Amino acid sequence: MVDLAWPDPNDCSILGKRTPRIDGPDKTTGRAKYTYDINRPRMLWAKFATCPYGRAKVATLDTSAAEAMPGVVAVEVIAPVGTECKVHFQEVACVAAESEEVAREAARRIKVTWEVLEPCVSDDDVEMAGNKAKKGKEQLTDGFDAALAGAAVVSETEVGCSILTHCCLESHGSMVEVAEQDGKTAVTAWSSTQAVSGVGGEFASAIGVEGSQVHVICQHMGGGFGSKFGADLWGALAARLAKKTGRPVKVMLERDMEIALAGSRPSAFATMRVGVKDDGEIVAWESAAWGSGGNTGGMGAPGLPYVFGNIPHKKTQTTPIFTNSGNARAWRAPNHPQMCLLTMAALSDAAAELGMDELEFFRKNLGLTARADVYREELAIAAERIGWAKKWIPRGEQKGVVRRGLGLAMHTWGGGPHTSNVQCTLHPDGAVEIRCGTQDLGVGARTAIAVVAAETFGLPLEKITVLIGDNRYPQSDGSGGSTTIGAISTATRDACVKAVNQMLAAVAPELNAPAEQLVAKEGMVRAAGSTAGGLPFADACRRIGAQPIVTMGTTQRGNGMSSSQVGGVQMAEVEVDCETGIIRVVKMVAVQDVGRIIDLLTTESQVRGALIMGVCAALYEERVMDPTTGALLNPDLEFYKLAGIADVGELDVHMMQTDEHLKRGVIGIGEPPAISPMAAISNAVANAIGARVKRCPMTPDRVLAALKA
Amino acid sequence: MNAFEYARPATVAEAVGLLSKQEGETAPLAGGTDLLSLMKDFLVEPKRVVSLMGIEPLAEIAVGASELRIGATVTLDALLQAGFLNQWGAKWPALWHAAAGIKSPQLRAMGTVGGELLQRPRCWYFRRGHGLLAQDAKGESLVPRGDHRYHAIFGNAGPAKFVHPSSLAPALIALGAEAELVSPRGVRTVKVEELYRAPQAAGERETTLAADELLTAVVLKKVAPKSATYEVRPRQGLDWPLVAASVALELDGGKVKAARVALGHVAPTPWPVDAAALVGKPLDEAAIGAFAVAALQGATPLAKNAYKVELAQVAIRRAFAAALKGI
Amino acid sequence: MGQPEQPESASSVSRRGFLKGVGATALATGALAQSGLAATALAPRTANAEPPAAPPVPLFGPAPVAVKLDINGKVRELRLEPRVTLLDALRNHLDLTGAKKVCDRATCGACTVLMDGKTVYACTVLAVEAQGKKIETVEGLAEAHGGNAPIQKCFVANDAQQCGFCTPGFVMACEGFRRGHAGASREEVLEGLGGNLCRCGTYHGVANAVLDVLDAAKGGK
Repeated sequence: MVDLAWPDPNDCSILGKRTPRIDGPDKTTGRAKYTYDINRPRMLWAKFATCPYGRAKVATLDTSAAEAMPGVVAVEVIAPVGTECKVHFQEVACVAAESEEVAREAARRIKVTWEVLEPCVSDDDVEMAGNKAKKGKEQLTDGFDAALAGAAVVSETEVGCSILTHCCLESHGSMVEVAEQDGKTAVTAWSSTQAVSGVGGEFASAIGVEGSQVHVICQHMGGGFGSKFGADLWGALAARLAKKTGRPVKVMLERDMEIALAGSRPSAFATMRVGVKDDGEIVAWESAAWGSGGNTGGMGAPGLPYVFGNIPHKKTQTTPIFTNSGNARAWRAPNHPQMCLLTMAALSDAAAELGMDELEFFRKNLGLTARADVYREELAIAAERIGWAKKWIPRGEQKGVVRRGLGLAMHTWGGGPHTSNVQCTLHPDGAVEIRCGTQDLGVGARTAIAVVAAETFGLPLEKITVLIGDNRYPQSDGSGGSTTIGAISTATRDACVKAVNQMLAAVAPELNAPAEQLVAKEGMVRAAGSTAGGLPFADACRRIGAQPIVTMGTTQRGNGMSSSQVGGVQMAEVEVDCETGIIRVVKMVAVQDVGRIIDLLTTESQVRGALIMGVCAALYEERVMDPTTGALLNPDLEFYKLAGIADVGELDVHMMQTDEHLKRGVIGIGEPPAISPMAAISNAVANAIGARVKRCPMTPDRVLAALKA
Repeated sequence: MNAFEYARPATVAEAVGLLSKQEGETAPLAGGTDLLSLMKDFLVEPKRVVSLMGIEPLAEIAVGASELRIGATVTLDALLQAGFLNQWGAKWPALWHAAAGIKSPQLRAMGTVGGELLQRPRCWYFRRGHGLLAQDAKGESLVPRGDHRYHAIFGNAGPAKFVHPSSLAPALIALGAEAELVSPRGVRTVKVEELYRAPQAAGERETTLAADELLTAVVLKKVAPKSATYEVRPRQGLDWPLVAASVALELDGGKVKAARVALGHVAPTPWPVDAAALVGKPLDEAAIGAFAVAALQGATPLAKNAYKVELAQVAIRRAFAAALKGI
Repeated sequence: MGQPEQPESASSVSRRGFLKGVGATALATGALAQSGLAATALAPRTANAEPPAAPPVPLFGPAPVAVKLDINGKVRELRLEPRVTLLDALRNHLDLTGAKKVCDRATCGACTVLMDGKTVYACTVLAVEAQGKKIETVEGLAEAHGGNAPIQKCFVANDAQQCGFCTPGFVMACEGFRRGHAGASREEVLEGLGGNLCRCGTYHGVANAVLDVLDAAKGGK
């Protein structure tokens, strides 16, 4: 019999190894079909007329020219006369037409006049924001003033980071088909979503049918990063227009709307003071922070100071600003990268002020974190890998044009599993099918399921068929917060162990061995420990009879198979051209605790991806708004800048995989490594140039300003 | 993009005959890397698009001993490959640097020399539909009170605040290149810098070409082995320079015999800089540094783009250094 | 309301023109002849190659016109408005959805295909302009190698994709690079892929995939 517990790593043939993703060939050959790629007979394209201002009221609206265009099939008004639009690109009307070209041109021909209102897009300046800035109450611990007054050194830091957008390469959208089947409405929604099992209800309510009538499909999706949990207005419109026209309707956002509306990461700025003793011990923290996530404010948890939550004396205050810009959505570790930047920058500046090696300073204060031992070990490994001892030069000591710097940051995240259900079908010919209503955002969910099933059945990967991305498969929660891997891996293990054990029981009599002693390994079913005899897997499966074995598994918690709460350390080495202000990332090291890894290859890829996103945030990307019109000035990939392949430097990833780490069970990895990189790079730049660049992205203008300060 | 009719003439004469005198009614199409984006954003709405890609002579590049003639539809790729180091690259390195600075192989394969020179400004107010002058309903510029980090630091006293985006133009200006233009009125030759102007009123273009006039070629008539372009580009891959400087030098016994300098991305036009002060002097680090400072004396940065003044000085210094060092 | 469809005619050529007042007639040759352009050896052939009585230049569209595209070695005949891009022709008319639409403005590279062996942004090529060129898409690359070209295999082995939306464009950019750069160094690889962007962060794998495929080629494979 096979135990539910994860097998001994030494016994594993595939679990925890580097396994190329099973849908890799589909993705590299163009066979993989994303929502954007779904073409159906008689399909219509829908495009939007939108608001060109940050804040304006619809004064008049005339859709007649659009309606009269040949090829236009339906026009839907979203913002009737009198509606106040609160963000640039807000939807005013939607046109469904025979072709993409006609839909676009018709949307352009919708005539709107506007009563333009004064917008607030000032997310970085509390004074400019006026009454849109809602000053929060000050939080103060006893003895703060005395602690700060008694500190040997009080450092001051001002730093922040701009609003980012998710910028999923596959824009948000859906393709919806509404058909009448047996007197009932049947809806098929191909949707680019992080929540296949959960999103159907939104399509249903959009057109007044029941959730059971909606079939949601998302075989592949082109990035979500936290922004694709709902069907959104765009999915609802696809459904409404499909119902209205009786034809399939595709609504995929154009790039400008995607960047404007489909999710953003709040900005965060702070002035901070850190009081430290002579020996480097931190005794007091003071921060006043502000920022915006659009109309919904900003400045949510985890708050300040991040990771070093146990600083004894604290005074903190936050001011969310409500701006006329696209709303925040969860973005890989919501608010954590921002709070990490603010905290790590302030602590790094304190170390520099004190004249202490940054690494030594962080080490000294690990007691103020929730997991000192984890960080201590990781700091040592990271320092070794980046060559800290050899390369460290105290801040401000370099004088050349091109200067190098080192910086570090630390982070923490939960990553415990959500709820997933998995169905395993073991056919009498030995074929294995796994069904789960989860989705693959690009992290390798499909592959992880296959790896667990293959290991459990002792079969090669190609013998496992994985069926996901469909709400007719067993329920699986949305993929967010690094919750998926712990759920789908343990649920798959659960379902597969049940199935293999039923099979072992069925075949035991023929093998003259108690089922308890049998295992399925290397394609054979035989007694544990033996290398001879037994039956090939497929032959063994024939003994189960004519009907397949069908089992259900669910998320395993509290039995050592999954866990949560990880710590990670990252270090950055940068090179700064002090004449041009151009920063180049030379190397980044990520050392990450993640519990037990299912597929090391895709896990490392995800960590590298997180580092690269951090490089983008640290050096290049930001949303730029015009203060007068409230318009988004860079809703394109030309000036909404992402790092290219030559911009990211060497990326060195080390996953903590000692026995102790493996014992923790499976933990999600989506968010944690995305938290530290911006902070580590900011600190490395400060180390190189001897000054804190006050804002990320650290563009040449900001670097040169810091050098002058 | 609006619907349009399409023609693919085989000769320049045919092409010119298909162009309207009326600004905006027709659009010549070469590599399309800018025109299609402009059309998709309804910033230009031609009723007729005239492809120049069927006109074979326009895609020709001719290298003489001291002369380089580049047809308008020669792609950047063809330019670079034809001129790799040992050929014209060694004679006109400033141009080679500028073309190589367009870091997307796709754009280099598609984009043409003529299209590069005549691409429209990337000013984000223009690209969002506020017009070249980025004016609000009252006719006042949005730029000085808006985000102008990439805008002009020279030539911005008038209503135009954008910067001209061409990478090749500063190099060609420094190299003393000429442009050939053909219209129904005949052929004319102008200096490359004369292709450009800063619009003074809404509706005016940033070039001196008539609506029915085609750029057919650029011609370099003199080798300039001591020349270079230096661009300050934040990203290693495809990215717009924040500023660029091109220089071409003739030295005589260690002293400057002639020098031509042009800046890019600093003004509504490519920006020639008077380098007469260098003539007759030795070109050491101090002289170059002093020249770079002097070159930026008259800059009029806006509130948030003074950093470009500094960057332009760096670009000038580094362009000189590269020119002296050779390729 | 239906798809605008030009009445069928042999050539879909409209001689009247969509534009009033601008004839489709050629410029008088005299204007060029007097320019003296023909005098120099470097002059364009335009001037003296002008046929004496050029027929009017045909005008196509704006309604759909016959467009013949050579895609993956097969000639595909379509009727497209001249404004239809190569990318939209591939995706919306031929269901070749490997090339992706991301920025749609010649910046990100997700739509990269090969045209006469060179990488181009299909989003920014008019389909009518792609006539007469050999177009290779990611699907064709796979087919030509029995379902999986060496570069595609190296992408999988190096896990050079996450969400995979930039991947087909990157594969084609890498294939285009590979063909012209045997023995390229890592720096050259990074330099040669400056026209593509990824959001998930797959660059490490992409660079290694190209280096692997170049290595394999060196080994005679």
